[in-house]
Amino acid sequence: MTEFGLRLAISLTQIAAVMGIVVITVLLLTLAERKVLGWMQDRMGPMEVGPYGILQPFADAIKLFFKEDIIPAGANKFLFTMAPILCLVPAFIGFAVIPWGPNQTFEVGGVTVRPFIISDINIGILYILAFASLGAYGIILGGWASNSKYSLLGGLRSAAQIISYELNVGLSIVGVLILGGSLSLVSITDAQAGGFWHWYLFALPAPQIFAFVIYVISAVAETNRVPFDLPEAESELVAGFFTEYSGLRFAFFFLAEYANMVLVSCVAAALFLGGWNAPYPGTIMGFIGLPSLAWVENTMWFAVKTYSLLFLFFWLRATLPRLRYDQLMRFGWKVLLPIALGNIVVTAIAVFIYQQMK
Amino acid sequence: MTGTEALLEYLTKFFPIFLFIFVALAFGVATLLVSHFVQPRYPEPEKLSTYECGAEPFSDARMPFPVRYYIFAMLFVIFDIEVIFLYPWAVVFTKIGVIGLIEMMIFIGLFIVAYVYAWRKGALEWD
Repeated sequence: MTEFGLRLAISLTQIAAVMGIVVITVLLLTLAERKVLGWMQDRMGPMEVGPYGILQPFADAIKLFFKEDIIPAGANKFLFTMAPILCLVPAFIGFAVIPWGPNQTFEVGGVTVRPFIISDINIGILYILAFASLGAYGIILGGWASNSKYSLLGGLRSAAQIISYELNVGLSIVGVLILGGSLSLVSITDAQAGGFWHWYLFALPAPQIFAFVIYVISAVAETNRVPFDLPEAESELVAGFFTEYSGLRFAFFFLAEYANMVLVSCVAAALFLGGWNAPYPGTIMGFIGLPSLAWVENTMWFAVKTYSLLFLFFWLRATLPRLRYDQLMRFGWKVLLPIALGNIVVTAIAVFIYQQMK
Repeated sequence: MTGTEALLEYLTKFFPIFLFIFVALAFGVATLLVSHFVQPRYPEPEKLSTYECGAEPFSDARMPFPVRYYIFAMLFVIFDIEVIFLYPWAVVFTKIGVIGLIEMMIFIGLFIVAYVYAWRKGALEWD
């Protein structure tokens, strides 16, 4: 029984740490996005709250927490309340299978602890994809329950967009699965150790460059970001599915969107960019004789890859105009899907020939 | 390994996942509840009416929507199931040799036939 208690305590600590990191990253992102957009447009961004505006996200969070939460007349109260939670929970729990650092272990009271891995289930990617799709329910239910035309249209658009690009995400990952031979993110990351030429983005015999590009584009579309932010197109739909939301429930949708951004960036880093592996063989810490500190370097590399991808999200927002809805659907179904299918066929044949040659 | 042991091992691996789901749910519900007690609440008819560019809302908001959405949802279900079939194949690809390659090429061929059919029928057009 004490072992169970210990396991529970360890798991809870890890979960609290991961959720804390995600929430802090989201707070940071809201500020970073406004700053980056500001700088790209030759402005300063938020400057009033704290030095250089660094306290802005906390001010926003506190304000939203104490705001009146309006439930519009005619709304379905139960679904209206449930929808933000239904959106937020899938965005968070995907992080349970992300490997944050090296696969090392230590013992605490007879229990083996893997500090950077909450759970190494053998269906990691499937789990993430399954729960990411659940987020669409929150969006469409929120849109329907609001009893507003803008919300309904925004929710429908969003659902159609998410399922269309979900397909491309699923297809683009298959190439990596052929190379990695596993669905567990931990083993896929481990297989990419030993320098950037082992990352599946560049790895022989079948570099997954096309798959990576498809994954990133689809990820931007799935998180409803510019240039695929049709569901919340301000000029046509006011704010899309959360037009009627206010206060903390609005904050939940916001949090879910940004947490999803972090999640897809983490998955892209783990699948295509080698996860926590450094772009050179081994670690500098190991080289200078401090192998016990190698995890600092590894987790730092994971953070660098994830944040670079997140920066890409902001960069796209500052650069590209919004697509039209028929363009969006055509691009997903008629351009990305054939390329993703072709990538699978080419990868399979290349890996097969490579195997025969060995 | 007996069945009970296998089940126990399985549950040990998934235990942190269930815990994570529970913690995330608890976080959401608890934050909403606390906020519910600290926020002001002054409802009035004008404030509660839904937004419609400042005009009085007219007609039912749950209006009919284009059947296109339904067609894309069906296409998604069909193609997504085919994608799921690719997953186990991809994981064991290096172990099943030439038979696996040929069989999956036939499967992907069927996928492409269905895709071309949907394209030619105009199911992938938005308007």
